[in-house]
Amino acid sequence: MAIKVDTDHNVSPDSQEFIINMGPQHPSTHGVLRFLLKLKGETVTQIQPHCGYIHRGIEKMCEKLTYPQIIHLTDRLDYLSAHINNEAVCLLVEDALGVEVPERVKYIRTIIDELSRLASHQLWWCAFGMDLGALTTFFYGLRDREKILDIFEQTTGGRLIQSYNVPGGLMNDIHPDFQKNVKEFIKYFRKILPEYDQLLTGNVIFHNRSKGIGYMSREDIINWGVTGPSGRGSGFSCDVRKHAPYSAYDKVVFNESLEQAGDTFARYKVRIAEMWESMNIIEQLIDNIPEGDFAVKMKPIIKLPEGEYYQRVEACRGEFGVHVISDGNKYPYRVKFRSPNFINLSAIEEMARGQKIADLVAISGSLDLVIPDMDR
Amino acid sequence: MNNQELILKLQAMDPSLVIEEKQNLTVRVPASSLLALCRVLAADPDLQFDYLINITGTDMGTSYRMAYLLNSTVYQHCLLLHSDLDRNDDANIDSLVEIWKSANFHEREIFDLLGVKFSNHPDLRRIFLDDDWVGHPLRKDYTDEVNIVER
Repeated sequence: MAIKVDTDHNVSPDSQEFIINMGPQHPSTHGVLRFLLKLKGETVTQIQPHCGYIHRGIEKMCEKLTYPQIIHLTDRLDYLSAHINNEAVCLLVEDALGVEVPERVKYIRTIIDELSRLASHQLWWCAFGMDLGALTTFFYGLRDREKILDIFEQTTGGRLIQSYNVPGGLMNDIHPDFQKNVKEFIKYFRKILPEYDQLLTGNVIFHNRSKGIGYMSREDIINWGVTGPSGRGSGFSCDVRKHAPYSAYDKVVFNESLEQAGDTFARYKVRIAEMWESMNIIEQLIDNIPEGDFAVKMKPIIKLPEGEYYQRVEACRGEFGVHVISDGNKYPYRVKFRSPNFINLSAIEEMARGQKIADLVAISGSLDLVIPDMDR
Repeated sequence: MNNQELILKLQAMDPSLVIEEKQNLTVRVPASSLLALCRVLAADPDLQFDYLINITGTDMGTSYRMAYLLNSTVYQHCLLLHSDLDRNDDANIDSLVEIWKSANFHEREIFDLLGVKFSNHPDLRRIFLDDDWVGHPLRKDYTDEVNIVER
């Protein structure tokens, strides 16, 4: 995506409007994303997101790879919900082949899903505070996230991207200390999470920066297809874990966190509430992991029957979907990833129009954008 | 609504629709009547397909196939629409942005990577690749001697 002046955005000298590039190297976009802004003073009158700076052609690459190989590419989409993306492909393959995985696998997958969500929301929380000028949050969030990454490393071997799922189960069994460490972490984080509220949630400056900013109504948010915590902040009940349960989500009791206000602060509150819910889910499962195998034996070469398959999962930022069209070969004919960030980004032009340029930073922070996921 | 009720409802609307029961209920729609059908699907009080989950464009060799996955947030039922287009450089289908805004980026992506044009799209530009990029990578006959390495 070459940077050049878009000639169709010419503005007349006396209109007092001007065009400015925000990004592609801007700290608040959390990656390489460029916003083309039309400004009147400090007010954004038009905004155009330009993405594709790290487009790697993952969907095209998948057409030349086998299903177990594709799993490793899904890590590289939304790297903060790597385990959940892996799971989507595995569930799709297992569903297509009619393989029933052991209960143990379902429990472990769900626990690590929720640990991923906790780690992702912690990173979002510390980066969001930093976007708005509260640097302290960054140190608090990273300190606690480190403990989850240590648990991941011990069991899966990877800290950020795990590739722990394989079709039919898991790469290896959990570490003997896994349950003990997870329970220790939950006990620790239940004490720490109220500190997050004390630091940021009640802060007057934070309230002024986030309340009433980037409002979107429930009808609009459904129409724009914004999912995940950003959608639930406007009262859109879009939790795939509730509406189309997979793995062990049908065995746990949890609330879908919904807010009605539809602004930046509502999206913030949803994510904080989700951290509490994730801990609830983990606590319900961690002591009840059934005994059994950690994987079922699959054929060395996995071929999906001819047909079309779709799998929805709830990633940390919204609904992640995998659409596979198979012609009966060991390579898929076509793979499409429905990445939540890509669609959430499209709504930013509606949310940020008429807001101040500093509020755009708050809005894009509250959408929790991860660039590799949208560029694929 | 469950699948059986959906089938009855859709057949009552238009008896010529080809409906298949697969993982998702799949309906084949001619490209010319897609927009009209989608307007009804979104507005009908018994169907209320208000959420467009995903659009996939595929090069099927002899045609381009558009697959639209719809969901109703009221009734939680899903529907997959298939629309086949002639495979040539002028392939054209109606844009659904006027019904679902989420179609906007999906359609721009398909225009970029598959080269299908969407009529009445508000802002049809390439989204990932350079404006002067030659070709559309997701076509099966796409070749690129620099970026694609055959092993």
